[in-house]
Amino acid sequence: MPEASADIIRPDGAEKHFGAVSMDIIRLDGAEKHFGAVRALAGVDFSVRAGECVGLVGHNGAGKSTLMHMVAGTLTPDGGQIAVRGGVEASYSVPRAQQLGIRCVFQELSLCPNLSVAENTRINHASLHGFGWRRKAADLIAAKLDEIFPGHSISASDIVGDLSITSRQMVEVARAFTVTQEPLELVILDEPTSSLDAQTAGQLLAFVRRFIAAGKSCILISHVLGEVLGNADRIVVMRDGKVVAAGQADQFDRDRLVTAMGGAEAREKAAAEIASGKPGPGPLRVRARPPRQQDGNELVARAGEIIGLAGLAGHGQTDLLLAIFAAASRAKTGIEVTAPVALVAGDRQSDGIFPQWSIAENIGIRSLARLRNGLLISPQREAELAELWQRKIGIRTPDMNNNIFSLSGGNQQKALFARALGSDAKIVLMDDPMRGVDIGTKLEVYDLVREEARHGRTFLWYTTETEELDNCDHIYVFKNGRIVANLRRDELTEEKIIQSSFGDAA
Amino acid sequence: MASLRTLLARPWIWSFFGALLVWLATIAFTGGYGGGGMITAALSLAVFTVIVGVGQMFVITLGPGNVDLSLPANIGLASAVAMKVMDGNDAMIAVGLLAALACGMAIGAVNYLLIWALRIPPIIATLSASFVIQSVDISYGRGLQIKPPPGFADFTNWQVFGIPVLAILTVLFTIGAGIVLQRMIYGRSVLAIGQNIRAAWLAGVSVGRTRFLTYMLSGALGGLDGALLAGYFRGANVDIGNEYLLASIAVVVIGGTSVAGGKANVPGVWGAALFLVLLLTMLNTFGVSVGVRLVLTGLIIVGVITAAGGQKALR
Repeated sequence: MPEASADIIRPDGAEKHFGAVSMDIIRLDGAEKHFGAVRALAGVDFSVRAGECVGLVGHNGAGKSTLMHMVAGTLTPDGGQIAVRGGVEASYSVPRAQQLGIRCVFQELSLCPNLSVAENTRINHASLHGFGWRRKAADLIAAKLDEIFPGHSISASDIVGDLSITSRQMVEVARAFTVTQEPLELVILDEPTSSLDAQTAGQLLAFVRRFIAAGKSCILISHVLGEVLGNADRIVVMRDGKVVAAGQADQFDRDRLVTAMGGAEAREKAAAEIASGKPGPGPLRVRARPPRQQDGNELVARAGEIIGLAGLAGHGQTDLLLAIFAAASRAKTGIEVTAPVALVAGDRQSDGIFPQWSIAENIGIRSLARLRNGLLISPQREAELAELWQRKIGIRTPDMNNNIFSLSGGNQQKALFARALGSDAKIVLMDDPMRGVDIGTKLEVYDLVREEARHGRTFLWYTTETEELDNCDHIYVFKNGRIVANLRRDELTEEKIIQSSFGDAA
Repeated sequence: MASLRTLLARPWIWSFFGALLVWLATIAFTGGYGGGGMITAALSLAVFTVIVGVGQMFVITLGPGNVDLSLPANIGLASAVAMKVMDGNDAMIAVGLLAALACGMAIGAVNYLLIWALRIPPIIATLSASFVIQSVDISYGRGLQIKPPPGFADFTNWQVFGIPVLAILTVLFTIGAGIVLQRMIYGRSVLAIGQNIRAAWLAGVSVGRTRFLTYMLSGALGGLDGALLAGYFRGANVDIGNEYLLASIAVVVIGGTSVAGGKANVPGVWGAALFLVLLLTMLNTFGVSVGVRLVLTGLIIVGVITAAGGQKALR
């Protein structure tokens, strides 16, 4: 993310500390929360003042989401107290939060897929009733989408289930900023850009800065540290259910944040390792031409290569991955696949997770044929596979037989990686799998992907984060369902990708 | 105490509990007379519901919208096919059973063909198939009641120490079904598809084949059931399967299988089938009229499902 925020004028820290107590929209003191034996929050002090953007960073499972649920009133703390504008609240709740103008955009998208964009907007605004409520809701959400994401292509009458995950996230964000009767003071944005491409993410962050400049407040949770550093006034770092660092944003830089979050090694290692060179190209694994491709460009992947699929979100990258996946089991014109394929889903809930099953069963499903002993699946082999990958990829759980939803979002994603990497697949397709995953987990997975590639696996990796393309040997940039550029890693720059994404088809 | 709690956490225990309660109520009414005979009769009758119930359970577990409504027609046709092939001859029993199975599997294949090729929702496809099957049955059986061979009729009524042999075989069959469900690729595939069909496809599950096999299985079990019913009631007829439409769905639901798919329960099918049969016996013993009996059956089923469902929500 470019540091475009330097010219934005913000009230400085000293001004804000002045009269801080009366300006606190909400303040939590010593907040604690336990889920069974798991201590999600261990005495956290946290506050948000009017007219500031608080950045909240930490690994998956550090307690960020739990803390935000308390601010939103959906969870009540087991210990500690909540104060609103200086006065302690004995029974803080969701209606009270709404009355105060506290809204949230949570990580797991909360729109009803069977309703239209306008109807989803109505859910939050009880005052839109009587004849023509649909029209009023449509105008409300369309105006807000135009304001935040100028040039978007979403219609208020679109059914949410038909929208791409990027558009859904845009609607989700825009809906949180719509106002009818209730006030709007504080918006919690939990990973708001995880499914957005660079352009829409930039639009959103610019809007957030305008919102703050108008005296409103915002809590920004993001794993893209540049976003937090460039947009927050104050940054709070959490680890293991505690606040480990807090201060004005200008006191932090990337390295200090990473150190405070803990567990992550420097990322220079990645570049160095790739630069160390590779053996010559292996046998052909995938040759694919997008259906709308008119020129001779096609995607070619060989054994041991990591291939990046870049470009703006929703320009045919996922479609091509799915076509390659389908071609592995049934011949398809224009696509050649020479080895077994596995896919790591990015949209976990709809494409990846089996909600009734344990972590071990979720990992084993792709490898059932190998887990058999005779005709029957061997529970012992299934447990061994799960334990092997728990160690290898670091899934944080006391028991792999627990339900998959006992894991935090990032760890669920690790289980999906384990499913694909633990299988016999020689080709692994990754559909923007790092959405909402913390940087520590990301670095671990990058290492694993490179190691697996050295052992001959082929990776096709669609990502909306330009930084991740550093791990790739070869990058194809997509626009309107076509490959418009074909870059080697040493040719890769963010400008080149943006240029190809917006330029005319080559 | 802990083991009791894990036992209570299993949804199928409630259907057995209900069956026991109904049995005790009946015994109390008769003053202890006929308790053993009642169990024997209940086991004999429950067998037929359990066999189709297991087939229906696999279909329902495939996920929302999946249900096999062609079972009654299937049972009717297969009973006629089996009796005609056996033709009152003990030597032809095995061939007749195979014919009934083949007939049921063909119906299952047609069902899936309609669902797959014409993209009709399963509920419509199996319902329309059942009208066609029924017409075929009427013209094929010509409304005649064909008698089973004596050896086959004896086999379906054979008891050892008051326990019907058919019930023992069916218990073994349901144990097998439970193993298939939890320990074989096919069963895991059914469970995965029921939870999230798209995720199942992306995880490499062969979705089409699994669904096809499931409708075939349900059809085959319907066919087998038809043959056994014809043996037990000493003759095939068109209406012989009628009560198994609602019964097959009710035992699946009461037994703790999720209507939303992805979660199946084999022991629950037995408990629910016994419960339904005993309930009917109890209401007959109490001498209530047919109208009251139907109303009470409906209310009790709703009550059991609510109780079992509430238990699930607490977990």
